[in-house]
Amino acid sequence: MKGKTIKCLVWDLDNTLWNGTLLESEEVTLKDRVVEVIRELDEKGIVHSIASKNSYEDAMTRLKHFGIDQYFLYPEIHWNAKSASINNIRKQLNIGIDAIAFIDDQPFEREEVNSVFPEVYCLDAAEYGQLAHYDCFNPPQVTEDARRRRKMYQEEIQRKEEEENFQGPSDSFLAGLNMELYITSATVHDLARAEELTLRTNQLNATGKTYSYAELEQILTSPDHLLWVCEFKDKFGSYGKIGLVLLHISAHNWHLEMMLYSCRVMSRGIGTVMLNYILEQARSRGKTMTAGFRDTGRNRMMYMAFKMGGFTETGQQRGDCSLLSHSLENIRQNPTYIKILTQY
Amino acid sequence: MEVKDKIRAFIVKNMSVWEDDIVLADTDNIFEKGFVNSLFAMQLLNFAEQEFNITIENSEIDIANFSSVSNMEQLVTRKLLLLHAR
Repeated sequence: MKGKTIKCLVWDLDNTLWNGTLLESEEVTLKDRVVEVIRELDEKGIVHSIASKNSYEDAMTRLKHFGIDQYFLYPEIHWNAKSASINNIRKQLNIGIDAIAFIDDQPFEREEVNSVFPEVYCLDAAEYGQLAHYDCFNPPQVTEDARRRRKMYQEEIQRKEEEENFQGPSDSFLAGLNMELYITSATVHDLARAEELTLRTNQLNATGKTYSYAELEQILTSPDHLLWVCEFKDKFGSYGKIGLVLLHISAHNWHLEMMLYSCRVMSRGIGTVMLNYILEQARSRGKTMTAGFRDTGRNRMMYMAFKMGGFTETGQQRGDCSLLSHSLENIRQNPTYIKILTQY
Repeated sequence: MEVKDKIRAFIVKNMSVWEDDIVLADTDNIFEKGFVNSLFAMQLLNFAEQEFNITIENSEIDIANFSSVSNMEQLVTRKLLLLHAR
């Protein structure tokens, strides 16, 4: 059993989700209480998908007939290798391969997947009834954002469709999205989600450090720290709380101890918007600005964001992080199509 | 294609402007002109590393190196020369 939390469970269909083989007979029946298992994981923020060797039309018709088609995101139903299916699902969901579990009754399929992706957690179909008890399917906290996760993915699918069908300049498409970024002081109600964000975000965490609920609670009462949470919305709905900023405040300086944001908002340039906002606030308070960065091998994107945002290396260390500083001259203007609302 | 042409083609393909008649000069600052955002800098870095089979160090990640077709070309050419000198 792995210590990491699974974000997506990929299901085989024949003799895994249902009893029987669809190609041989349409009279397949759902496994006993399997829908309960699916719902339970769904409510914890673990999304489901499918890797099945079947006809797409026939399998989807069956799932609709059972009334459970809406639970499965980006189903891969065709005759290609399941390792390829899982890779497609991973790309669509934009998650790490080690955050995927795969359940199938056939040892051959599990071994094929593991031969390409040893990180995928493979499960025998016989285990389905126990899944809800496994540690990796039990995130430490179930937040509001987790409960809405599948819905948010589905809103994202709608967004992509509209974006692909949009004819004209991408700037006017962006302007039509009514994007709003809410930056607020964290309250005790945000801490569970804040902890979850530090655990789930690997590529866009400047220091790679994760924070426990207790640590965050302490930071909240510290007079030397500011902890902000960012929520992002557009006309399709809310992305939820997607960003976190932790500043260490001293008499003359603001030090960005942690900044992270969810991969889901990366393509909207939210990282740059957050960073520019912090810089503007430091300048208006007459502070100098520094930031910490620790190379985790996965977060080069954050280094890029800092350097493109105008930070430079000081050559010094702060803790286990290299120390960057910003002159606060020439802060780039944020795009006008994202409205920033603040409350703290 | 020359290094410069490949870099230019990649930038033009990913520009977020929709005008047909935009002219991108080799020395135009692509960030200041608003042609691209900083997320694009990351894509440009990945493109350069894969296309030219080089590794760009963190110390070379600098806005100046990524800000125009010419500067990016210079960085890539320098890395390629170092590679061949070995």
